[in-house]
Amino acid sequence: MLIMRHELLLIAITVILLLVEIFLPAGKKDRIITPAILLMLAVLILGFIPGPTGSLFGGMYQTTNLIIMLKNILNIGAFIVMVQSVDWLRKPENTEKISEYYILLLSTLIGMQYMISSGDFLMFYLGLELATIPLAALAAFERFKEKSAEAGVKFIFSSALSSGILLYGLSMIYGTTGTLYFAEVGPAFTGTPLQVLGFIFFFAGMAFKISLVPFHLWTADVYEGAPINITSYLSVVSKGAAAFILTILLYTVFSKIALMWSNVLYIIIVLTITMGNLFAIRQQNLKRFLAFSSIAQAGFILLGVIGQSQYGMATVIYFVLVYIFSNLGAFGVVSIVSNRTGFESINDYDGFYRTNPRLAMVMMLSLFSLAGIPPVAGFFGKFFLFAAAANHGLYILVLIAIINTIISLYYYLLVIKAMFLNRSDRPIQRIKSDFYTNLGLILCLVGIFAIGIVSVVFETINGLSFGLY
Amino acid sequence: MSFLLLFIVIPVLTTIGIFFSKTHMQVKWTAVIGMGCQLILAGTLIYLFLAARAAGNTAEILFSTDMVWYKNLNIHFFIGVDGVSVAMIGLTSIVIFAGIFASWDVTDLPREFFTSLILLAGGVFGFFISLDLFTLFLFYEIAVIPMYLLIGIWGSGPRHYSAMKLTLMLMGGSAFIMLGLLGLYFNSAPGGGQLTFNLIQISKVTIPMAAQRFFFPFLFIGFGVLGALFPFHTWSPDGHASAPTAVSMLHAGVLMKLGGYGCYRVAVFLLPGAAHEMAWIFLILTTIGVVYGAFGAIWQKDLKYINAYSSVSHCSLVLFAVLMMNQTAMNGAIMQMISHGIMTALFFALIGMIYGRTHTRYINEMGGLMKVMPFLAVAYVIGGLASLGLPGFSGFVAEMTIFVGSFQHNDVFHRVCTILAVSSIVVTAVYILRVVGILLLGKIKNPEFNHITDGKWFDRISIVVLIIGITAIGMAPLWLSDMINNGLVPVMQRILLAGPVLH
Repeated sequence: MLIMRHELLLIAITVILLLVEIFLPAGKKDRIITPAILLMLAVLILGFIPGPTGSLFGGMYQTTNLIIMLKNILNIGAFIVMVQSVDWLRKPENTEKISEYYILLLSTLIGMQYMISSGDFLMFYLGLELATIPLAALAAFERFKEKSAEAGVKFIFSSALSSGILLYGLSMIYGTTGTLYFAEVGPAFTGTPLQVLGFIFFFAGMAFKISLVPFHLWTADVYEGAPINITSYLSVVSKGAAAFILTILLYTVFSKIALMWSNVLYIIIVLTITMGNLFAIRQQNLKRFLAFSSIAQAGFILLGVIGQSQYGMATVIYFVLVYIFSNLGAFGVVSIVSNRTGFESINDYDGFYRTNPRLAMVMMLSLFSLAGIPPVAGFFGKFFLFAAAANHGLYILVLIAIINTIISLYYYLLVIKAMFLNRSDRPIQRIKSDFYTNLGLILCLVGIFAIGIVSVVFETINGLSFGLY
Repeated sequence: MSFLLLFIVIPVLTTIGIFFSKTHMQVKWTAVIGMGCQLILAGTLIYLFLAARAAGNTAEILFSTDMVWYKNLNIHFFIGVDGVSVAMIGLTSIVIFAGIFASWDVTDLPREFFTSLILLAGGVFGFFISLDLFTLFLFYEIAVIPMYLLIGIWGSGPRHYSAMKLTLMLMGGSAFIMLGLLGLYFNSAPGGGQLTFNLIQISKVTIPMAAQRFFFPFLFIGFGVLGALFPFHTWSPDGHASAPTAVSMLHAGVLMKLGGYGCYRVAVFLLPGAAHEMAWIFLILTTIGVVYGAFGAIWQKDLKYINAYSSVSHCSLVLFAVLMMNQTAMNGAIMQMISHGIMTALFFALIGMIYGRTHTRYINEMGGLMKVMPFLAVAYVIGGLASLGLPGFSGFVAEMTIFVGSFQHNDVFHRVCTILAVSSIVVTAVYILRVVGILLLGKIKNPEFNHITDGKWFDRISIVVLIIGITAIGMAPLWLSDMINNGLVPVMQRILLAGPVLH
């Protein structure tokens, strides 16, 4: 029981919310917000209590201290998203659907947790689908908006396609190795042509989920159309979970063909970072802008994977953690501005600092963290990732990546320029933010500063990553 | 726990103080008090350092503190000073103190202005006391990034363009530095053992030549971008011309010295083998920079551009001297950094004050300012004379030392470079005297200038502090020169070990 406590707790609060929803009178549905957030906070805290590790269902489900930490990281991300979306959920058109929102969100989280805890490909696939399908519903949450519905459809089609590709790859792997258990596939995976083909299909399917170039085409449209808080969830928690399981699988199951996949990764990293950055430069809509920037960030995450060491794994986890706080900080500001005023374009932010200094500061620090400017955590995350790749001798790749951080700095500075440097006749009016918005942004700020300067975080992660590679 | 930590703590406390200040006056006075403390602290440091040396303490690094930060990567928070960094800290504290007074009349968003300014200064202080390459790089970037806001919000002219150009070029340089530092880190234990970012430890090992050859250009160019290495200097004229007064002062006075210091301290010191091999390429570039900067200054009509090009010339001279790689020239390089730092800060302060009164920076539109603002005009002449290397001022000592040092090489290539670089002194005299003549002497061209007032009290504080610095070094250069020489000993030892003995 305790081995699976993360998932069970989440299932429990999902059921509780479902029951509470039934008894809430119509028109008072927004009363569910506070209990939902408190319950999630309880789950988050309980998750940090040390507990037993091991495997269940004959090895289909497994958990280690590392995996528990990954789940905690995902919980943190989901918690902040839940807090940040309160302002949006209180809008009149959403109040009747608040509990659906939480239930769907929690279901995807449960799916992700099963996915990273999986011990065989069947469980992995189940988790993946549970994580994906509710997300499509969430992307189409604002039914009355054409773009949101479009985003939902695009998301379900592209993820169905990618799941299909992934399943096809898994079937080849199963066909050649005769098993689905990670522990047994690993030794049997010797790199015969059919196995390699299976791996390629599997990798392409995962690349869709993490939105790596050239499998990224759905990203910008879905991110733009979906409600902002769903976009932030997609870009942070969902991407983080997929990156975690991909790293684990590459390091364990596919370690015998490491030479091959590291070459593939090399090319994909260069493409992803460069394309993501070049497209981000041209975006005017902040959601699309952040979508492309998050494609580029996914490329940076893989830089740690290609490091192929315990340290590489640690940098991936650490960077995702940093990225959760930085990206949610940026999305938090975009979301409140969009909710209150409807503005989403960079030009609308002209003179933003003079009317909303605090929001502008949060936005600036988050963008600096995404760009990797000290003293915020993004600098440490990027530096460690580069060190992981350099440790493997890939100095040219590191150089390409570092030059790309300068390109990314350029477009992040464009937003900062609009907020701080430009003047506007009609700036965005002063926004009075409520408790939950403040809480969400303060959490992000604390994360952005503390994770970098407090070295314990990275050392803990590094300590737990031991033995994986 | 060393008291050097205060150099970082005071700026942080000052920014917190500014954050809680209510009125403009409170903001300014908090900044003055904070940076005044910093100045006193720097004075104390110089005194303690000299006293320790006089007492026979010959340790390479004094007042050091070493704390582990990231254990698994062996990143430390390792601070300490030697003679060179003490001198640089002294320079920084003088310039930032004067800079606060020079920006006394900032009215638009003063709180943000002074916060960014002090953050920048804090980054510079952190850079000079760091002995761990990771924190060194961290502070380097902290020093660079506030420039974007400082130029972009409070600048003039094409400020958005200049701010973006400057930030991207400098961060591009820091991208090279980051790669170079990673290279140093992973080659810091060639015989196996714990990798380290510790500058002193790396200086004790011999890094394989192949790695040196690969990483030296990255490190030298990376720092060189900030040190106005030709052809990567193009951010400098635009950036300086668009920046507000205090920012130009700090940037030309201190921030560009980060580049020179980095080249000397990281690139040449840690990779001396490759430095010997590749010095000729960069010597050619820096010689071009010295001469080109001086000629560039002649053609400009905007006071700030004149000074910006002059800075390019003088800062190239710093890199030029570092590449000569002998004790005398290196000593001259450090002296030149200090001397140019104070001198150019004085110039930019004066230009800012003149512009604030005449509302133009074009020399052709001005004239006879000596009659209406004698104090500022005399200060300008003093700065000019120091800049063209008149004995009695700091510029003479520095340039003299550099050229004596570089002429010690008795091969044709070094001598030709030296002679070409020396010619820049003549060109410098041309543009300085020309500006002084047009700007200050002669008739008052514009009748409106008759109503101009001379420097106010805060202007005068700023200028007097800087002039004291210039003349103190010029009249009594020996204490500074001795202090620097002391710090140069280990550097020279390593350089001599690595390469052919140069004369």
